Amino acid sequence: MTLAEKILAAHSGKDSVSPGEFINVKADLVLSNDITAPIAIKEFNRLGVETVFDPSKIVMVPDHFCPNKDIQSAEQAKMMRDFARKHKLIYFEVGEMGIEHVLLPEKGLVLPGDTVVGADSHTCTYGALGAFATGMGSTDIAIAMATGEIWMKVPPTIKFVFHGKPGKWVGGKDFILYIIGDIGVDGALYSAMEFHGEAIDALPMDGRFTMSNMAIEAGGKAGLFHVDATTRKYLKGRAKRKYTEYFSDPDAAYARVIEYDAAKIEPQVAFPHLPSNTRPISQVGNIPIDQVVIGSCTNGRIDDLRLAARILKGKKVDKRLRTIIIPGSQRVYLDAMKEGLIKSFIEAGAVVSTPTCGPCLGGYMGILAAGEKCVSTTNRNFVGRMGHVKSEIYLANPAVAAASAILGRIASPEEIA
Amino acid sequence: MARKGKVFKYGSNIDTDAIIPARYLNLWEPADLAQHCMEDLDAEFISRVEPGDIIVGELNFGCGSSREHAPVAIKASGISCVIGKSFARIFFRNAINIGLPLLECEEAVDNIKAGDIVEVDLATGKITNLSTGKSFISKPYPDFMMEIVNAGGLVEHTKKKISGAK
Repeated sequence: MTLAEKILAAHSGKDSVSPGEFINVKADLVLSNDITAPIAIKEFNRLGVETVFDPSKIVMVPDHFCPNKDIQSAEQAKMMRDFARKHKLIYFEVGEMGIEHVLLPEKGLVLPGDTVVGADSHTCTYGALGAFATGMGSTDIAIAMATGEIWMKVPPTIKFVFHGKPGKWVGGKDFILYIIGDIGVDGALYSAMEFHGEAIDALPMDGRFTMSNMAIEAGGKAGLFHVDATTRKYLKGRAKRKYTEYFSDPDAAYARVIEYDAAKIEPQVAFPHLPSNTRPISQVGNIPIDQVVIGSCTNGRIDDLRLAARILKGKKVDKRLRTIIIPGSQRVYLDAMKEGLIKSFIEAGAVVSTPTCGPCLGGYMGILAAGEKCVSTTNRNFVGRMGHVKSEIYLANPAVAAASAILGRIASPEEIA
Repeated sequence: MARKGKVFKYGSNIDTDAIIPARYLNLWEPADLAQHCMEDLDAEFISRVEPGDIIVGELNFGCGSSREHAPVAIKASGISCVIGKSFARIFFRNAINIGLPLLECEEAVDNIKAGDIVEVDLATGKITNLSTGKSFISKPYPDFMMEIVNAGGLVEHTKKKISGAK
């Protein structure tokens, strides 16, 4: 069995499972946020049950439109907060919050071998820890909150192998954009993605989160890494319960095996309006921009901010554009302050915001006007995603975003450093 | 409601931001969401849609976010079902869970134009293009999913399970 199959078998009371099989899966963690929880709560209330299955396994995070951006968002956040308090769920108020997919691993709430279901498509982020984590809708989450179980179809697994050593400015964001550019936005539809190879072994934890995070952008159900020394080091001091490490069998059956040479991959830029419209940075051409966003559940972790600061420190961003930097959690914010990164950002002319999903989904804190172009470290560049339908989003890694902020056009970090 | 009406035809990778832009996710009442369904992609959709009408997409319909608001908005707009060559995974779950039928049928998609009048029989999976007289059979749902559809959605299906267990 593959890693995904082993975790799913263990959580459905079976010795083995195979792709296509429908199973009932026990959830170790059930997640929702301020925009998906209200519908989940409404559906939960229709079920006619009094209590949740286990309040210590249900997390609600106000991150999308919080701190509340308008009256309606405030009402939604309040509905979630009231429900979380009533049922004594795990809940993080704005002062201790973060973007859910940055926050939960940081707090040690997700561990290897877990199954996590979340009413947010980027729940797949936790695959980086060797957990089976997948996004669902609010009704699914209502059922999971009530019963602790949810139906799933066992996905086939596609194995991705990155051989070799990548270049200086190439990381997890570039690997995953490269995959999506290769297989398309539905290339891994309904499938689990499993990442292997020397370049993957050498990838720091934050780069792994970035890769798993964007599995959904290839249509994937999950994006999984095996536990290794890097994972165990990350978990030290965070994990407060025992966990199980699962490993794919040597004879596991994969739907496909796709191999890449990491050394040949340049920093990637996904052009409007699909994450699969990728080009290597050398082929981008001269594209002036109006805004840069560095942050999100994809690239809002400390390594991402360190990378951006390496480029921005002692420099000035182009006066014609807005540079918005959003640490992914209060912890990341604090660490970035201690390390002097925030000072570098502000001195460079960037604005630094409290953690929020905000601009990534066109919520607030950086909405684009008609005709504007933005380089963003976020995950989607669909039409109108960050504002006006006639605005454009170019997805890239934090180093490319920072270099672009300085030069006022999409730029390679090589041009600065 | 009869699953019969005129067709709105769209392309591949119709994402959830196109179906219901995130700026409206501070709403959650179905009727409110329906007011903004498809507005960035097809500004006339809401003024033209009538109960029973059908959306036909190509590949990977509903990709992107997990927002259940997307199928809810489509259903509340009066659309009776969506026909596509393939559907994004989370959108598919959400639609089944809330009782918006989805039909997978490549041949039908290739043989239906915008404005055609189409009728769908969910029990048999038969899709008939009344404008051309051609009919097609969609991919059947697995038994497990048919149980959810027949129960009227996942909440009703689970309610039955809970009351059965008591």
